[in-house]
Amino acid sequence: MSAVADTHNQEHHHGPAKGISRWLLTTNHKDIGSMYLIFSFAMFLLGGSMAMVIRAELFQPGLQIVQPEFFNQMTTMHGLIMVFGAVMPAFVGLANWMLPLMIGAPDMALPRMNNWSFWLLPCAFLILVSTLFMEGGAPNFGWTFYAPLSTTYGPPSTTFFIFAIHIMGVSSIMGAINVIATILNLRAPGMTLMKMPLFVWTWLITAFLLIAVMPVLAGAVTMMLMDINFGTSFFDASGGGDPVLFQHVFWFFGHPEVYIMILPAFGAVSHIVPAFSRKPLFGYASMVYAVGAIAVLSFLVWAHHMFTVGIPLAGQLFFMYATLLIAVPTGVKVFNWVTTMFRGSLSFEAPMLFAVAFIILFTIGGFSGLMLAIAPADFQYHDTYFVVAHFHYVLVPGAIFGIFASAYFWLPKWTGNMYDETLAKTHFWLSFVGMNLAFFPMHFLGLAGMPRRIPDYALQFADFNMVSSVGAFMFGVTQLLFLFIVVKCARGGEKAPAKPWDGAEGLEWTVPSPAPYHTFATPPEVK
Amino acid sequence: MRVHAKRAIALVTGLLFPAVVMADWTMNMTPGVTGTSNQIFSLHMTILWICVAIGVVVFGVMFWSIFAHRKSQGHKAANFHENTVVEVLWTAIPFAILVAMAVPATATLIEMYDTTESDVDIKVTGYQWRWQYEYINDDFGYFSSLSTPRDQIENRQAKGENYLLEVDKPLVIPVGKKVRFLLTANDVIHSWWVPDFGVKKDAIPGFINETWTRVDEPGIYRGQCTELCGKDHGFMPVVVEAVPEEEYLAWVADQKAAAEAERQLTEKDWTLEELMARGEKAYASACAACHQPNGAGMPPAFPALKGSPIVTGDMEAHIDIVVNGVSGTAMQAFGGQLSEVDLAAVITYERNAWGNNTGEMVTPKEIFDYKNKE
Amino acid sequence: MADPQQGKRSNSRVISWCMAGVVGMFAFGFALVPLYDVFCDITGINGKTSGRYEAGTRSGQVVENRTVTVQFLASNGPGMNWEFRPVVRSVKVHPGEPMTVNFFASNPTESDMVGQAVPSLSPSEGTLYFHKTECFCFNQQPLSAGESVEMPLIFIVDPELPEHITKLTLSYTLYDQGKPVEVSGPATADTITNNNG
Repeated sequence: MSAVADTHNQEHHHGPAKGISRWLLTTNHKDIGSMYLIFSFAMFLLGGSMAMVIRAELFQPGLQIVQPEFFNQMTTMHGLIMVFGAVMPAFVGLANWMLPLMIGAPDMALPRMNNWSFWLLPCAFLILVSTLFMEGGAPNFGWTFYAPLSTTYGPPSTTFFIFAIHIMGVSSIMGAINVIATILNLRAPGMTLMKMPLFVWTWLITAFLLIAVMPVLAGAVTMMLMDINFGTSFFDASGGGDPVLFQHVFWFFGHPEVYIMILPAFGAVSHIVPAFSRKPLFGYASMVYAVGAIAVLSFLVWAHHMFTVGIPLAGQLFFMYATLLIAVPTGVKVFNWVTTMFRGSLSFEAPMLFAVAFIILFTIGGFSGLMLAIAPADFQYHDTYFVVAHFHYVLVPGAIFGIFASAYFWLPKWTGNMYDETLAKTHFWLSFVGMNLAFFPMHFLGLAGMPRRIPDYALQFADFNMVSSVGAFMFGVTQLLFLFIVVKCARGGEKAPAKPWDGAEGLEWTVPSPAPYHTFATPPEVK
Repeated sequence: MRVHAKRAIALVTGLLFPAVVMADWTMNMTPGVTGTSNQIFSLHMTILWICVAIGVVVFGVMFWSIFAHRKSQGHKAANFHENTVVEVLWTAIPFAILVAMAVPATATLIEMYDTTESDVDIKVTGYQWRWQYEYINDDFGYFSSLSTPRDQIENRQAKGENYLLEVDKPLVIPVGKKVRFLLTANDVIHSWWVPDFGVKKDAIPGFINETWTRVDEPGIYRGQCTELCGKDHGFMPVVVEAVPEEEYLAWVADQKAAAEAERQLTEKDWTLEELMARGEKAYASACAACHQPNGAGMPPAFPALKGSPIVTGDMEAHIDIVVNGVSGTAMQAFGGQLSEVDLAAVITYERNAWGNNTGEMVTPKEIFDYKNKE
Repeated sequence: MADPQQGKRSNSRVISWCMAGVVGMFAFGFALVPLYDVFCDITGINGKTSGRYEAGTRSGQVVENRTVTVQFLASNGPGMNWEFRPVVRSVKVHPGEPMTVNFFASNPTESDMVGQAVPSLSPSEGTLYFHKTECFCFNQQPLSAGESVEMPLIFIVDPELPEHITKLTLSYTLYDQGKPVEVSGPATADTITNNNG
């Protein structure tokens, strides 16, 4: 990042500081955004390599590579790192980079807090990852850490895990406050709420979700901490507590968390699809209302993760109906995207490829979600590979493809160079094939009766597991190509114009590429 | 074409990996053998086809746009971006479809929650990592643990047909009778699942859950624990044998007699060799998961028994740990889980196996006395 | 950013609101514990039976023409080695009629211990209609080495128990609560050495 285009603002006419202190002390939203994105990609590779260990062990029946206790640590760490280390920080990175550019603000509203909320993350993950080297190993109770497996029966490192969760929670909450303050206070004159770009809208709602549920997660782990170290019995039946209560508290956080990981992707795709369809987004207002409806409903469905714990009939019915309802606003969004494409003038550059794959595969994940919502059928699906297939279908082509689509879409703006389109398309097709090969057979495995989180399986599951592992290796290796593409793009390439995509709309395309270190010192007028 | 491809893949993998030969390409849920499982299956298929139909319509429109409205084909973009009628329609129609889905689902769910009188009541208790079945109306019960040999799991031996889905003593139930399961757990949350019955329910420590089944066809049905419960979560299968009623009654009588015989075995005079032979088996099913078949354990959670001061030292301390467990650790109290004979056999085995050659033995009678001593 | 002062003010307002939300939700997480108990009391969903007996409309009268089977189960928590069982496996009662049953517990070990029984009822729908007028639930029950005790339970099945419930299962899980407090001695981990004699 070099050019300083902006000369209006007296305070900010200098460029970035030099050396390491630029990154340690920076309060610039673009620097912080880049750091978030780089950090999240590093975590993606780390969590991904754990997935490779899992798939390698599951390549064949029998125990070959790792022992069950290490396998459980891998599944746990893979889940935690992907959720809290890869997906969430990637979206915060995108928010940091793009929100000020999209609403015409000079920076985030609270730049120093922004620096803090980033630097807390590496600390949290250092602690989390260091548990792998502790006596008794890393957390091994699944990313859902159900009590009493995680309390009375947890490894000694559980306390460090709780500490790490607390720190990343604080980081997320600070990030969310920053997003809300930025969006509410720093919009360019004339940009009313209903004129905000959808990515801004989805992030605003996501930030509110974060503020509502991250403290509940913090509360849950604090109660665990007290059960483990201070002799309370919130979740311990022997002291009059209730292990099921843990699940209620956890999923009260956990279900909105799922939407935290997908709503910003909804927003990004709502920019990319119109851009490459060369046609305005269909149903802007209904998109906003749909996101709002999804966010509200997400607080009323948590017990659908717990249909087998013995909830009485009335409870089962309530949570089944509420869950089914979520399909309505989600459906509206999919229909809107498809209608946006309908009678457009479509071209398929990498961002569009990822966005289209997002719509198709996320919808498939939505369908399996609908099936899982049917409480009686859930008795057969629950905690099998069908569930694993379902949430990987919403998270990999959902969150991850959404992030890739955004990255390719805005890379020219970030670096000033066009990425290598051929390589990017290769990245897409290999990811697409690998991902489907890895996760589609998991539907069959689950329906045939394979439970999740097992290191070894009966022989009838052998074939699909092997296919799935091959797909997973393919998907995993392909992501190194993405690293290569991004590095190559950052180092040079065809110069990108201010607006590299002819159909793209929005303030971010009115500044030069690469975006100068300081932008919108004088707010633009939005008509 | 697809069939050939499938066959080719199956052939290649079959040649490469002998274990895979037995595998199949099961893609769908089993309809199962109970009314509940059949209802769930038809519900599952209905919803699946509804989803497929919606998918065909939505993706159909999408692919047609991708095919026909491409810039490279010179298609000019239209400029519409709103249509209230369409938007209301595609909110209302999915809602109607959801209602249509919810109706049969509700009916099935109500049936699953049926609480009418049952014929057989069985208490199912989850332990790390095996199941205990107690026939509460008949006063007997037993543990059911994985019987797949360690050698198969660690690939030193070819895997058997029911690899990981076989147990030493299956649950036996009569066909055509309503069997009620009362589930709880001793340590962590487990979940008891038999896909063929359409029955899955969590077993939660300190709490009791119930579910029921009525199996129509005799047979052996296999399932697994489906809630992560620690290290050997993948190694605690559920095997249920459904038999005709006469056979079931005879089996119950046998079990009662066997329980009596077990009590008499306690009185018998045992030799060191007999105890060692029985102890090896009992050790493999009750102890080896944690302390390992070679007695090396997995410190720090599971201490080694080989050369352990407790196992090679004072006999009474050793008996105390096995019978009463160690509070606050993973070591359970086996006094209530194993018979006196098995307790004596395990302790004798531990004291003489893996080079622990103390030459000492303890008889079932002594264990019985130990347990009942004031 | 026409007026930076105003921008700062509105930022601090947003921060205050958000922090209030964060603190509120953190408290809400903890409030879920009592809320859940209240919710369970009202709906009976977790099978934890309540001791009180609030007179229903048909209370006081025994419904002679209906019998309900009440089944008793006893389990031991991890590491608990007391013998613990119901004296009778099940009883048939008429709704509205008080019934006394006993649970037997004995401590076969050589150390004094304290046990605590945690109740749970199935089906959970019946929880609201099962009233214990005397119960040892959640009581700290000390037993010295070799001692045994019969613990009484008096209950009434509510006449308003829904017709489709014909059988209630009351399960107790007995947990080891360590040694009695007044006895000073080595902690549980040392019991091994204690028993050497």
